[in-house]
Amino acid sequence: MLKPDYKSNIILSETEYDTVGKRVKRYDATDKVTGAANYSGDVHPAGYIHGKILRSPHAHAKIIKIDTSKALELPGVVAVVTSEDFPVLNGLAVDLGEGAMQNPMFLSNFCIAKDKVLFKGHAVAGVSATSKLIAEQALNLIEVEYEVLKPVMRPEEAIKPDAPILHDRLVTINSTTIRAGGVSADELPKDKQTNLANKFEFALGDVEKGFKDADVIVEKETKTEAVHQGYIEPQTSTVRWGSDGYLTMWTSSQGHFAMRDLTAMLLGIPQSKIKSIQMEIGGGFGGKTIVYSEPIAAMLSKKSGGSPVKITLNRTEVFEGTGPTSATNVKIKLGAKSNGKITAVQAKLYYGSGAFPGSPVLPGARCMTAPYDIPNAHIEGYDICTNLPKSTAYRAPGSPTASFAMEIAVDELAEKLGIEPLEFRAINGSKEGTRQASGPVFGKIGFLETLQAAKDHEHYKSKLEGPYRGRGIASGFWFNGSGPSSAIASVTADGTINLVEGSPDIGGSRTAVSMQLAEVLGIDATNIKPSIGDTDTIGFTSVTGGSGVAFKTGIACYEAGLDIKRQMVERAAKIWDVETSDVEYENGEIKHSSDSQLRMTFKEMAGKLNATGGPIIGRAAVSPGSPGNAFATHIVDVEVDPGTGKVTILRYTSVQDAGKAIHPTYVEGQMQGGVAQGIGWALNEEYFYNDEGKMMNASFLDYRMPTALDLPMLDTVIVEVANPSHPYGVRGVGEVCIVPPLAALSNAIKQAIGTRLTQLPMNPARVLEAIDNNK
Amino acid sequence: MASVWFNQEMRETTGFTGTVEVEGKNIRTVIANLEIQFPGISEVLIYEDDIMPGLSVIIDGNIGSIGVLEKVNENSEVHFLPALGGG
Repeated sequence: MLKPDYKSNIILSETEYDTVGKRVKRYDATDKVTGAANYSGDVHPAGYIHGKILRSPHAHAKIIKIDTSKALELPGVVAVVTSEDFPVLNGLAVDLGEGAMQNPMFLSNFCIAKDKVLFKGHAVAGVSATSKLIAEQALNLIEVEYEVLKPVMRPEEAIKPDAPILHDRLVTINSTTIRAGGVSADELPKDKQTNLANKFEFALGDVEKGFKDADVIVEKETKTEAVHQGYIEPQTSTVRWGSDGYLTMWTSSQGHFAMRDLTAMLLGIPQSKIKSIQMEIGGGFGGKTIVYSEPIAAMLSKKSGGSPVKITLNRTEVFEGTGPTSATNVKIKLGAKSNGKITAVQAKLYYGSGAFPGSPVLPGARCMTAPYDIPNAHIEGYDICTNLPKSTAYRAPGSPTASFAMEIAVDELAEKLGIEPLEFRAINGSKEGTRQASGPVFGKIGFLETLQAAKDHEHYKSKLEGPYRGRGIASGFWFNGSGPSSAIASVTADGTINLVEGSPDIGGSRTAVSMQLAEVLGIDATNIKPSIGDTDTIGFTSVTGGSGVAFKTGIACYEAGLDIKRQMVERAAKIWDVETSDVEYENGEIKHSSDSQLRMTFKEMAGKLNATGGPIIGRAAVSPGSPGNAFATHIVDVEVDPGTGKVTILRYTSVQDAGKAIHPTYVEGQMQGGVAQGIGWALNEEYFYNDEGKMMNASFLDYRMPTALDLPMLDTVIVEVANPSHPYGVRGVGEVCIVPPLAALSNAIKQAIGTRLTQLPMNPARVLEAIDNNK
Repeated sequence: MASVWFNQEMRETTGFTGTVEVEGKNIRTVIANLEIQFPGISEVLIYEDDIMPGLSVIIDGNIGSIGVLEKVNENSEVHFLPALGGG
């Protein structure tokens, strides 16, 4: 089917490096396994006190009155804050100057409710006290009078004419620009009020003609529930508002600069007044890219006379008060000719944004058809407010649920046409020059290579036999992101380098970027000592997200390395009294181009710096574009228990284009982690609500995420089709791996039981129902 | 000349639904020349002298990172699409 231009499952990269591509020891390993690493919960500044948050017991209610007087009278209580203590911000979206687009009013009202509570767990007030126990007792003394309203939890329900309205000033925008919703100056008349924040479309070619040309057409509708990122470490925020007006904050986040900037915006103070210190992070997956309790901790500190206030969320608060990803409803129509060529696609994506606008429906709409070259496409997206916590990014935001609909339609279309599913994907697969439904053409990409590697894999060639067993295939796409990033590399006299960079390390990035610095300098990676600087120490660096750190901060470190090389060449020329143009830097050695006696190792040169002109510090601040697109293809074998409906995963293989795997072990770990989360999303996980909109499974006991005991070894195949925009060919790897599992499992279950499930999670009850209906 | 593809807002603002050939060596001049042909279009593309927050410029399939300063080549294809974050 495809050109067999490489050996099965052999990495395509033909370039060998000294450090890049090797499995070097990770820098944070010892501290993490010995417990020495400091997380946000380990912060105990002198004189700190405890903060707790009062949360709404209702999913939707007006706040009539808040009386905090009894709480303030409790001995040990230091301060109480409500929304009245925060600046009133307008609803005009603002750019924070470095790429972060926010609607201040919505974000402020998300952190602490103003006139209405919009989801169960919505913060209503904060308390600081001398002990946790007193703070918790004080919460019980705050009297809140509510007018309880009917909630609406599903996006398709929230746009019905009689749906409860969350925001009486929300105006629907029609924009393919990411904006945080429209707001009218005044309350809208009832008949104009809506929960629809945004609707948009992408159109390519002539869809009507495309379907006329099709020999076979399939139509599918999928539904998915909100799921949580499920990071192990709950958020802790500790903030000290000093008497000099400067704040220090310690957070668990994916972007301490973002925490600084968002907190400053919500407090109405300049960014420069805040120093944000990044701690080690116990998982984020997109969920720790925005503020939650940080502004409350800050305001409590101010009202507590500057005492540092520490707020640690418990697991129930994490589930109920921090962002899950969207519940979705997707309708898709897909047509193809008998030769397997897809002629047209039409789709409508309804994504719940939670309490405030901003679901990932836009990236979902752009990702869902990206693996395929389809000449005629019409895709509509709807961003809809519902009574859940504001949706937050979760690993390839928007793509898994959109791809779920697309990939089961692809599977069914292939089946109807009698074409093997990998072959069908190859017939239609995107490659360099393919035009996406949203318009742009792809540059160098590696989708077809993932299909070929999957086809060549022993898993795919093996036979799967036995009753109630099935094999599923699915592919997926994620754009990958980039952004500004900064790095400072200081050469130490002993020949090592202290590297300070600005990207919080959530997936091994300090190792990956250090390896790139080591590679460019031709020194051993163990001679790099990386750390993540606070916001006063290092230049602005955008959040660790979009699978972008190995790319953008990798380039920053690469450039900082080039800066060191340039300075070392100049210094050597000065020491040897020769022209700079006669000095070369090669493989960790500085040498004269013609005089073989004049040469120094990097370490020898490092030892001479202070006496020959002072230290050498390499630095770089970059904002690189074109992070390279990521594609993946997965194969899964399942066995269904017809008595219980339980799905057991027998074997799973993920194939992914990494561009260049800087540290293959980390890449494999990302792939396995994404697959595990995708399996949980497909089979078990969901926000389960009662009729009052109250989450009934807000603990890890009841919110069923897969553990190592639930899964077989997850096999990985790294394909390397170099990204031409990175010096070593890096593409992001952290997100696309969560995209295919949802559909791959649905397709496998279809093979196993003969019925296609289109609603997630495909838990035992749902599978059993499908088996019974099929009898 | 660069070929500029119109997104939904550009189409709704101008009533024009196709692609248009525009002179310009960078995005700033491309948009300035677009404005001459389609008065008002810069209001959906420009905010305080830079690309509208939330939009990204895609030139020949590559996502730009410096907004209106991005270089445009002869025969380049230019798109204005939503900026994408990630998890």
